[in-house]
Amino acid sequence: MANSIDSFLGVHAQALAVESRRTQLLAANLANSDTPNYKARDVDFRAALAQASSQGAAAGAAGAAGAAGATGRALPMTAASAGNSLPGGAAASAQDPTLLYRVPLAPSLDGNTVDPQLEQAAFAENAVRYQATLTLLNSRLRSLMTAITGQ
Amino acid sequence: MSTFRVFDIAGAGMSAQSVRLNTVASNLANAESVSSDPATAYKARHPVFQATLDASGNGGEGASVAVRGIVESQAPAEKRYDPASPLADSNGYVYAPNVNTVEEMVDMISASRSYQNNVEVMNTARNLLLATLKLGQG
Repeated sequence: MANSIDSFLGVHAQALAVESRRTQLLAANLANSDTPNYKARDVDFRAALAQASSQGAAAGAAGAAGAAGATGRALPMTAASAGNSLPGGAAASAQDPTLLYRVPLAPSLDGNTVDPQLEQAAFAENAVRYQATLTLLNSRLRSLMTAITGQ
Repeated sequence: MSTFRVFDIAGAGMSAQSVRLNTVASNLANAESVSSDPATAYKARHPVFQATLDASGNGGEGASVAVRGIVESQAPAEKRYDPASPLADSNGYVYAPNVNTVEEMVDMISASRSYQNNVEVMNTARNLLLATLKLGQG
């Protein structure tokens, strides 16, 4: 029964996907740190994880709320961004409520809202979270192997 | 969602920053290339970056970066009195490029740091993916 293994892995499988997506977005922010009118984007981790969990097994939802509570002090973000340069960028945000725009702490003249230091910090944090999720998944898989082999 | 797109994004960032480093090198190398006519004097070049989305759409996530073009600075050429120069015009003036060496040096440091940022992103993503490949083995 695949479903019982899914629920045994808990929220971590979905968390890994959300963190991987966040790695990509933060990489894009850093790559565009000198692009005029580029608006930095990030995912609302709590909402994205809750969404991924509700799409997946319903059993993961309870765990999602608990894990998301740890990310309470997130950087300020907004759903809308004025003067967005990306074709279809605003539309993508409207489609996906978890994909938000960063609110700049110090707006720059060229319309770029990437703060490289903040993005670096967020990227490092996300990398550690990803590794933590991997470790947790690994330990679950190990106990699963122990149960299967009985040794 | 492609797992490996982060490499494309960081690679595009590195490529864009290296174009920027190239223009800085070109500007600094030609900082003293005087000319006898302000119209033919070397003009400082700067790349224009643009965020681009993946052609396949990909849900509009993870914008890459591309160099849209290279623009020449429209600042006036610097007029110098140098009658000894073989390039001097009839009044003894030569025209030096509108390259601001201080600005170029700052641009170089900024480009170099941004390049390093992208390299670090790529390294970290690589380590995370390698760890993911080992999932369930350790």
